[in-house]
Amino acid sequence: MVRFENVTFEYIRRDEEGNVDSITTALDDLSLHIKKGEFVAILGSNGSGKSTLARHINALLKPTEGKVLVAGYDTSNDKDTLEIRQRAGMVFQNPDNQIIAETVEEDVAFGPENMGMPVDEMQKRVDEAMKRVGLYKKRLESPNRLSGGQKQKVAIAGILAMKPECIIFDEPTAMLDPAGRRMIVETAHELNKKDGITIILITHNMEETVGADRIIVMEKGRIALEGTPRQVFSKGDRLKELGMELPAMTELAQRVGLDGCILTREEFVEAYKKAIR
Amino acid sequence: MIRDITIGQYYPSESVIHRLDARVKFIATIAYVIAIFLFDTFWGFLPAAVWLLTIIIVSGIPFRFILKGLKAVLFLLLFLVIFNALMTPGEVLVQWWIFKITDKGLTNAGFMALRLSMLVIGSGMMTYTTTPSQLTSGMESLFKPLGIFKVPVHEVAMMMSIALRFIPILLEETDKIMKAQQARGADFESGNIFRRAKALIPVLVPLFVSAFRRAGELAEAMEARCYHGGKGRTKLHPLKFAARDYISLALIIGFVVGMGFVP
Repeated sequence: MVRFENVTFEYIRRDEEGNVDSITTALDDLSLHIKKGEFVAILGSNGSGKSTLARHINALLKPTEGKVLVAGYDTSNDKDTLEIRQRAGMVFQNPDNQIIAETVEEDVAFGPENMGMPVDEMQKRVDEAMKRVGLYKKRLESPNRLSGGQKQKVAIAGILAMKPECIIFDEPTAMLDPAGRRMIVETAHELNKKDGITIILITHNMEETVGADRIIVMEKGRIALEGTPRQVFSKGDRLKELGMELPAMTELAQRVGLDGCILTREEFVEAYKKAIR
Repeated sequence: MIRDITIGQYYPSESVIHRLDARVKFIATIAYVIAIFLFDTFWGFLPAAVWLLTIIIVSGIPFRFILKGLKAVLFLLLFLVIFNALMTPGEVLVQWWIFKITDKGLTNAGFMALRLSMLVIGSGMMTYTTTPSQLTSGMESLFKPLGIFKVPVHEVAMMMSIALRFIPILLEETDKIMKAQQARGADFESGNIFRRAKALIPVLVPLFVSAFRRAGELAEAMEARCYHGGKGRTKLHPLKFAARDYISLALIIGFVVGMGFVP
């Protein structure tokens, strides 16, 4: 679905005369393959290059060197940009700054409108997408009246209406309250399981990555650690080096001296009961 | 204070006027504005006044709401009336010190007041009965022919609708910044008008910075959703003429032609 081949990306800052002032390498010879239907979580401290990586997947940024292939399309080909963006949607961090229209319905229709979809088809898809995220009843309301979590759902519906194969979430929960966070992460998992949509979730929150198929930890534009959640979170010391933490349950289980790598509350309760018996 | 001004607000209702195509309403408003500026006799105003009154009654918008719209221009209205009454030469009716009120001045002032109030109420009627998104897409479609002269019609319409969507967000942000500065001792409430205006500068700077940041992020989000200008774009709610729109258009044409016969 998504393939990075030796991708390097440099932010070049120039002064007023156009001379190169400084070069920051955000992605450094990175190779990566994400399969169709996979749920991949990407972790990393600020400046590790994870947002840059996300912006390469729907051709908002293009590699300085190397190649990014999305659903078989090369992102450096300008004529394929719309095909790529339609297949790989993106949910951004700030819910307010990605809603364009004045009603929920019209905002969900923004993508299909840009694709030049016929009206009947569009209305059908928009209705479906709003029902899918549970916002059909609010379709005529102003997005300004919705909660943060609901606004993010509007953004998700706007992507769903384009029938994407892949959704990239770029820290979608950073500005939400706990209820909103849970709502968005659950929606992401549901879309992955029921609709088979490839999900790439970029986050700072360890708990949100526990249900992923694979975790990628980034550092200085490279992949520092990769594997299933269990593999990654059993390397607690390396994670701390990279400025990450363990999920609360894993950390707690280690401190009370439980064996194995515990990820969820359920696992913790299970292991704890066994231990005290 | 800002909430008291009803001009430009939408008043939701289900009337025929509300359901009319935005383009028809726009054309009607232009014809009406021309009508009230073309004449300065009583008989000239009568048809426009009857038209306005009919629209107000059919739209079901309360008179109180409409009169509130006039409040915004009350000062301008008074100013115009007083100047017209005092400055027009003619037969003097009342004289006091250097001020004289003439017969012509009085009629001029009356017409000016009538014209301005009818202008404000009439154009207000368009915004009361049309949602902002209908209004912008109506204007986009009406001005589309200007595209041949390289006027960026779609872009301007898109800018208008985005601006409308961000007004409440930026107001909220202004409030947040002011509160944050008040918490650190800023004073927005005392002093004369100049001092207060000056106190607002430190609010405007971060507001502008954040507005630019938002604009950047929004542009990115729009691009990520396949936005590439107006070319090949369709609409969820395309504007379509119904029978009522054709009838209204015929009435407008009749009205414009009828204006030619007014003495």
